[in-house]
Amino acid sequence: MSAAPIELPRWADVALVPLVSVAAALLVAGLVVIGIGENPLEATALMLRGALGSAEGIGFTLYYATNFIFTGLAVAVAFHAGLFNIGGEGQATAAGIAMAFACLGLSWAPGFIAVPLAILAAAAGGALWAFIPGWLQAKRGSHVVITTIMLNFVAATLIVYLLREVIGKPGSMQPETPDFPAQAVLTPMHQLLAPFGLRLPPTPLNSALLLALLSLFAVWLLIWRTRLGYAIRTVGANPRAAAYAGISPAAVTMVAMAISGALAGGLAVNEALGVQHRLVLDFTAGYGFVGIAVALMGRGHPVGVGLAALLFGVLYQGGAELSFDKPAITRDMVVVIGGVLILFAGALDGLFRRLVAGVLRSGRSGA
Amino acid sequence: MRLGSFAAALAGVALSAVAALAQQPIKPAVVYDKGGKFDKSFNEGVFMGAEKFRQETGVEFRDFEPTNDAQIEQALRRFARDGHSPIIAVGFSQATALKKVAAEFPDLKFTIIDMVVELPNVQSVVFKEHEGSYLVGLLAAMASKTGKVGFVGGMDIPLIRKFACGYVQGVKAGKADAEIFQNMTGSTPAAWNDPVKGGELAKSQIDRGADVVYHAAGGTGIGVLRAVADAGKLGIGVDSNQNALHPGKVLTSMLKRVDVAAYNSFKAARDGGWKPGLSVLGLKEEGIDWALDENNKGLISPEMKAAADKAKADIIAGTVKVHDYMSDQKCTM
Repeated sequence: MSAAPIELPRWADVALVPLVSVAAALLVAGLVVIGIGENPLEATALMLRGALGSAEGIGFTLYYATNFIFTGLAVAVAFHAGLFNIGGEGQATAAGIAMAFACLGLSWAPGFIAVPLAILAAAAGGALWAFIPGWLQAKRGSHVVITTIMLNFVAATLIVYLLREVIGKPGSMQPETPDFPAQAVLTPMHQLLAPFGLRLPPTPLNSALLLALLSLFAVWLLIWRTRLGYAIRTVGANPRAAAYAGISPAAVTMVAMAISGALAGGLAVNEALGVQHRLVLDFTAGYGFVGIAVALMGRGHPVGVGLAALLFGVLYQGGAELSFDKPAITRDMVVVIGGVLILFAGALDGLFRRLVAGVLRSGRSGA
Repeated sequence: MRLGSFAAALAGVALSAVAALAQQPIKPAVVYDKGGKFDKSFNEGVFMGAEKFRQETGVEFRDFEPTNDAQIEQALRRFARDGHSPIIAVGFSQATALKKVAAEFPDLKFTIIDMVVELPNVQSVVFKEHEGSYLVGLLAAMASKTGKVGFVGGMDIPLIRKFACGYVQGVKAGKADAEIFQNMTGSTPAAWNDPVKGGELAKSQIDRGADVVYHAAGGTGIGVLRAVADAGKLGIGVDSNQNALHPGKVLTSMLKRVDVAAYNSFKAARDGGWKPGLSVLGLKEEGIDWALDENNKGLISPEMKAAADKAKADIIAGTVKVHDYMSDQKCTM
């Protein structure tokens, strides 16, 4: 999307640049940790042990990663069509609303009917919320960056109204729905794996992870193995050429945005249907925005998105453990470390591309 | 020291005698709500109480500030697994998580503030905010020259309507024909931290003639008190003693002693008198009070003080009943 793309060998593009970005980010984060008088090596060790050192830690890490896979994929699919969807938060909120109506209306239905319908409702809600900016972009030329972020606010206001006035639990202190019917929620992973002799500690990790992994595969299939995926990539690379080849950029824009929104709806599935078993205000908690960094770092490829989601899962869970064990490192400090990582992986990406390209070129001419 | 005398009163002489004999080693912990430890209000009150306990006894406590709902349960369970007890869960939003964790660790002690969780190892501390609001309402009616007073709430939830309802009853008791303006800042948690909007609401009430404004709005209330002080009128603080924020411009503060609740939970666990179940702190238990110090001495006339003291005694004696909004979700008098 930049004027003069820096050509890199494929291995450098998919592996080296992200690794250099992460390393640089950790270096800067380490300086921050030194600045408040803690040992950065110890902090890193604590973080990794907290995130990956126990079954419970891994459970939490994968639970966060599930959220990031959905929101990362949502941004990635839109990217391939040359669209910058920063409305993941709003689309997940709309998905949560649709899902809450479905769940509360399906209390009569057995689980094998209610759960798939609830997930479909979430996908439909997210898709609708993203289709609107897609349509505005395709037919009216309103830029999706503006319209998606504006619709975030509309969704945030809508959910307040609905939780207070329509589907909220009467007399509750918090804006939240009543609990979803017990059969209409996803199974926690520690219960799902218990019949196989695996005794896991209870964590928020639930079967939504399987849906997330399925989505990773489905997106790969869609983008690289279908006609629609080809059309999406073509429009993303050059809309005029696509139009010349008989592909309608307007139609592809709307379809890609709808798919993107449906994927963002997965965040609502994991949070509301999988963990909280009710719809609460602000359940999106910024995961939609982190999805942008995940997609950038994963270079839009499902494998990369999966790995980047895992990295951010480690960061979230390890960060919580870090602030738990080290009172000097507050939760705000953990946000700073995450912010540095996002900055280096996303915004400063071009810096390292140029650097890596330069090093590789000099290496080649020297040899 | 008020706190010391209160603790002694509540624990009872007998208990303190036992305490001297059998002090138990405890590992206390606090999980704040998402507002964070230093919110100048509710969470900070708990921190102050725990900190006071640490200074007095030398017993260290652990604490944690969660950033999302999943972390509340995670932190409670982490503390529980490390054998911490008592564990204080701050705020009503932790009830769901606490129910699960307390059931998993039946041998540990848990305290939840502002919410009721019925389990054999959970102590639920709630406050009779309506009683304190009644007293400051009475004072507001007596201090008002225009006969018009205001109330600015934070988030529109039953708890805050309880404050408003007690206040209205107090104002009417002071002056039967007084006019009361009520506004809520919003219907989301953001309403706890919007001092600009709080200030605007207070200004509009002052424009309509109010000359005393009571806030129950957390961080939003800082803006209410500032706007009222700037207009040369009187504000009323809440939760902690906010008289010193604008000396001479804050009529009084309705004290909700969450610090006492936290301190007591730790202290009782150490002294062996910790009891599960519901603990309702009102005027009688000194969990609720109104603030009188050198900052508002000049604003409270002897008649006002006498009236407030009498009302307080009447409420404690039960001859005056303040209606609790949350008992029937209505504010009828």
